[in-house]
Amino acid sequence: MEQLALKDPKVIEERKEFISTKGAQKQQVKCDEDSVAGSISQRACVFCGARVVLNPITDAIHLVHGPIGCASYTWDIRGSLTSGSNHYRNSFSTDMKEKDVIFGGEKKLAIVIDELVEKYKPKLIFVYSTCIVGVIGDDLEAVCKKQAQKYNIEIIPVQSSGFIGNKSAGYRAACDALLRLIAPAPQEQLTNNGETSQPKEVKKKSKTINYLGDFNLAAEAWIIKNYLKEIGVEINVTFTGDSDYVSLKKAPEASLNIIQCAGSMTYLAKKMEEIYDIPFIHISFLGIEDTKESIRKIARFFNDPEIEQKAEQLIARELKTIESQLDWYKQKLQGTKAAIYVGGGFKAISLLKQFKELGVEVVMVGTQTGRKEEYQTISELATEGTVILDDANPTELEQFMTEKGADLLVGGVKERPLAYKLGLAFIDHNHDRKHPLSGFVGAVNFAKEVYSTVCSPVWKYV
Amino acid sequence: MKKTVTQHHKNVNENPCNMCMPMGGILPFKGIEGSMVIMHGSQGCSTYMRRHMAEHYNEPIDVGSSSLNEKGTVYGGEKNLKTGLQNIIKVYQPKLIGVLTTCLAETIGEDVERITADFKKEHSDLSAKIVPCATPGYGGTQFEGYFLTLKQILKHLTKPSESHDKINIIVPNISPADIREIKRILQVMEIAHTIFPDYSDTLDRPYERPYKKIPDGGTTIADIVKMSGAKATIQFAAMVDDELSPGLFLKEKYGIELHNIPIPTGLESTDIFLHTLSSISGKEIPQTIQQERGRLLDCMIDSHKYNAEGNAVIYGEPEQVYAITKACLENGIIPKVVATGSKTTKLKAALQPMIEQLDMGIEIVQETDFSVIRSLSVKHHVNLAIGHSDGRYLTEQEGIPLVRHGFPIHDRVGGQRLLSVGYTGTTMLLDRLTNTLLENKYNQYRTKMYKEYYEKNFLIGS
Ligand code: SF4
Repeated sequence: MEQLALKDPKVIEERKEFISTKGAQKQQVKCDEDSVAGSISQRACVFCGARVVLNPITDAIHLVHGPIGCASYTWDIRGSLTSGSNHYRNSFSTDMKEKDVIFGGEKKLAIVIDELVEKYKPKLIFVYSTCIVGVIGDDLEAVCKKQAQKYNIEIIPVQSSGFIGNKSAGYRAACDALLRLIAPAPQEQLTNNGETSQPKEVKKKSKTINYLGDFNLAAEAWIIKNYLKEIGVEINVTFTGDSDYVSLKKAPEASLNIIQCAGSMTYLAKKMEEIYDIPFIHISFLGIEDTKESIRKIARFFNDPEIEQKAEQLIARELKTIESQLDWYKQKLQGTKAAIYVGGGFKAISLLKQFKELGVEVVMVGTQTGRKEEYQTISELATEGTVILDDANPTELEQFMTEKGADLLVGGVKERPLAYKLGLAFIDHNHDRKHPLSGFVGAVNFAKEVYSTVCSPVWKYV
Repeated sequence: MKKTVTQHHKNVNENPCNMCMPMGGILPFKGIEGSMVIMHGSQGCSTYMRRHMAEHYNEPIDVGSSSLNEKGTVYGGEKNLKTGLQNIIKVYQPKLIGVLTTCLAETIGEDVERITADFKKEHSDLSAKIVPCATPGYGGTQFEGYFLTLKQILKHLTKPSESHDKINIIVPNISPADIREIKRILQVMEIAHTIFPDYSDTLDRPYERPYKKIPDGGTTIADIVKMSGAKATIQFAAMVDDELSPGLFLKEKYGIELHNIPIPTGLESTDIFLHTLSSISGKEIPQTIQQERGRLLDCMIDSHKYNAEGNAVIYGEPEQVYAITKACLENGIIPKVVATGSKTTKLKAALQPMIEQLDMGIEIVQETDFSVIRSLSVKHHVNLAIGHSDGRYLTEQEGIPLVRHGFPIHDRVGGQRLLSVGYTGTTMLLDRLTNTLLENKYNQYRTKMYKEYYEKNFLIGS
């Protein structure tokens, strides 16, 4: 199969190493590189990566230092739910104009912060840098520091200039901002008495965990929180879905970090292990197998028979409620072939597993920003002949889905119209979905969505 | 006189009402046969814009990017852009390539005119035409970007040609269904024409196999070249500043008579369009169209009393805002708040006389954002919002129902199918407006009356 791809004149030369076929080639796909110019990459930028990670922090002001477009396109970009403030759902911008580009935007940034503090009295402001801020060299750090001191609040610059890498670099910028945020405040700032002293000692709470890499899309973080509560494990704070200034400050107190979205949060977890001595494990609540395994993994970590027993009870009960529903869908979906093209490797991996659970064959799988280890896992999970590709474009997606006879594509907003034009079913796995895909209930929702699109009567007519 | 005209002076932009310049530049190219676009800048810009357009039009939107990275930003992006052009030519074989700049390319001083001219020299066998446009994101909104690009295309493609019988019809950002309606009217009147740009087929294409990377349709390049010899130009750009006016360019360079009129939405504006057509072509307005006018009048009478209860906020691109405001005024809906994110000198001047006549407190704001629009809407007890999807927060936060109109519509399907021009389109638009008022009234009427006349008088204190 890979021969076809290599011979096709339409495949861009520089892209060849980013495409492989399971079984046909020894070497792995290349990944984690800049996009090829003119390849119509589906990727976003560094700023976008940072924004999607930090945006769910509910009571923060998210201020985009840059021209208006960047703020406009990322306004309320995630369907993250909140139990508290709604502040995060606004999009603030310094709205840089030509003269700010020529003379520098620092002054305007400072004034905008003044206005925002006066109007909203926030505890926390994130200031995101965009492409041109990086080029004209505004000193974000200095402006933020000065204004933070002036108002005695936290103003954290996010170094997310669009061109300094791809979305993963943005994840990292977000994690760096989070690390600054959770650093225990020096005593002087807490008491405000002017004395300087050492950072306060972190008190560890047992059996509490931080849940990293869940953005509470369609209540997903809440679903997991309930599961864990039931087995006797308390969530300290979620990064970053439905989190806020106060809860994030307590992050160092947890005794374990669990990571759902590995792409965005592994770096943060490693750093937290280094600084606060919090161990981490990777989990996934997407699909039944992963959900079961993850609950057990967490229970085992605490080495407490009561927790383990409760975990088993929860799993048994939940499985019983969904079993017959899933069987029905499985039957309907027999013989279906799926293609996957999503943002991160973690998502692709869990989708591969979920399709396996549903008895659906995956014929193509790719990601925008998957990492080497993730492609390794993808390759292990994929069946012989599956096309694996990194940073694909519409032409490649079209070609391989057609060649491989896919019935269904899982992707984001940009991929949807392409799938439909090709007469394929489609699953939205984007930031904005309105139904949870996590946990046991999520597994049913997923199956239901696959069914509703694959088995729609519309395909009879095309 | 109670009219007020407010300028909005604050520095922070809180929830943008507009997008950036290159976004507007994509659309004209999508309305030309066989064309592709590449954006010179970082990957994110093109991805955001593709996403917005894909959601609005429900069509695949292939737009390239030169994917500028750190190196390109420091040492110049010429190489990236040229590679990008090559790759696009290889994969898409376009007849025309639009090159749009972004903030980043402009800030580092990329000269796309020169780079593309060099590229053409280096590839003497190149059959594709290239039109470079400098569209810095911070230089204006998508509205200005759209017209600037149209003008730039004309500058690059038109050549002196023999006089012919066609009328140039230059359209602003209206829906594909609107363009199709304008074409139908021209066909019914048997008037030869060149619609520029014409994305009625490319951004609202029928389902067909096999899939075409570049959809059929669009203004032909041959027709654009010959727009210089047309009988006259009708341009729906009454709000566009002279230096951005493509029609004015044709007039000044080739002496083509220009009729710059509003979008034909509403009775009066449609009358103007038809009379202009009639006077240029010497043809009578046919019976069928007269009947459509009669039907619109009938619709206006049917709904006039309901409309009298409408206090509207109208926001979006100046041209649309003007057209809708006029349509509201002639139907008895009071446009309490008229707002645009663009900077325009014409909107206020054009609306002022009509509004003065009305003698009611009406505010016109420009270069504004949704924080201003929201507070003005509350202040004026607005009960109807008309504009693009980003105003959905008016409904969520203030309970003001929204009739979606303009671009982008990303939270509903069918942005590409909304019909609002001509007598027929106006009738459909008016029904949408009136029915929204009615729905809102009926939904609230029982509780409202109960609260007002029962609860207050009989329950309190009893
Ligand atoms: S404002 Fe500038 S940097 Fe932001 S999306 Fe628009 S062109 Fe790109």
